[in-house]
Amino acid sequence: MSLASEILLSLLVVSGGVFTFIGSLGLWRLRDFYTRLHGPTKATTLGVGCLLIASSIHSGLSGDGLSVHEILVSLFLFITAPVSAHLLAKAALHRRLESLAALPHDPAPPPTHVALPDRASPCGGPLRDGT
Amino acid sequence: MKRDWLPHPVLTPALALVWLLLNNSFAPGHIVLGLLLGWAIPLLTLPFWPERVRIYSLRRLIAFAGIFLYDVLIANLAVARLILVGPRTLRPVFVVVPLDLTSDLAISLLANTICLTPGTVSAHLSEDRRQLLVHALDCDDPQALVATIKTRFEAPLKEILEC
Amino acid sequence: MLSTALTIAFALVGAAFTLSFLRLLKGPDATDRILALDTLYINAVALLVLLGIQLDSPLYFEAALLIALMGFVGTVALAKFLLRGDIIE
Repeated sequence: MSLASEILLSLLVVSGGVFTFIGSLGLWRLRDFYTRLHGPTKATTLGVGCLLIASSIHSGLSGDGLSVHEILVSLFLFITAPVSAHLLAKAALHRRLESLAALPHDPAPPPTHVALPDRASPCGGPLRDGT
Repeated sequence: MKRDWLPHPVLTPALALVWLLLNNSFAPGHIVLGLLLGWAIPLLTLPFWPERVRIYSLRRLIAFAGIFLYDVLIANLAVARLILVGPRTLRPVFVVVPLDLTSDLAISLLANTICLTPGTVSAHLSEDRRQLLVHALDCDDPQALVATIKTRFEAPLKEILEC
Repeated sequence: MLSTALTIAFALVGAAFTLSFLRLLKGPDATDRILALDTLYINAVALLVLLGIQLDSPLYFEAALLIALMGFVGTVALAKFLLRGDIIE
């Protein structure tokens, strides 16, 4: 393994660790739920992405051929992290958690009733007119 | 006739690619098997896919992916800085983004993009699918934020998926 | 050099685990706890990937992939439970 590739790998590994840590730090020290939501969805996802790229390069360099598994895991995390963030924000609005930002009232009121069937799922069943 | 045996021309290569990545191999046998699976699975699960996906401009899709990745990086650095600077300086705000998109897939993609990029999380889609409620971590000008979301992410998505 | 970097990254991910776990204990609301669990499983994926680099073994990816899949399903199920009161219709 050459020096340049080792520096690149170390840089990716350390920055992955730093981003993962910052995500959890945000989860711990921010002051209301809605701002806490930002740390894990963004910083942690990028941190794990960095680590996965590092792992892919590492297995490529150690002679087993470039490994492409990792792309699948990071792709999966990039698709699922926003979905869970959206659902958790929706649940928090539903429970009317207090927020540092003014909660919206008139233009798009959060659901106070339980909507059945749920309209938020992107491919769940045929369209239904809400009125 | 063609629509019946190949219902989702976009999904088939995507599934084949996932199969290849999962097996960590690009051997010809796996390519054939992946394409076979990519053809059979959409056919068997046809009732779950009410909407037909069509990509109008592949070139714009690639350009959009580039912008998206760059923005993810920038937004992550910004959020990391905000967390480290401290919670007391944050100005969180809820904004309502009026939507021009109509298809399910385009709206979901926009919501996912918003969650990953400019320090925002999409929180709620209104019942009539015309307004998206967005929570921003630190924002001093909500109007500018809405304008950025509309021009930078919504307009390309509309061109790619809805023509 | 890589081993030093790996040690630093292990320490950082371990600290991330601790902070998420503290949030899981503290609450204050159920949504906070679900978010902490969500973060914990992503941290577990990071830890497994680091182990895979250090031990030079491809086996850990299967575990990381499975944890990513199952963790997502769990988060969605819990969030749905808060939204609706039940999961299975």
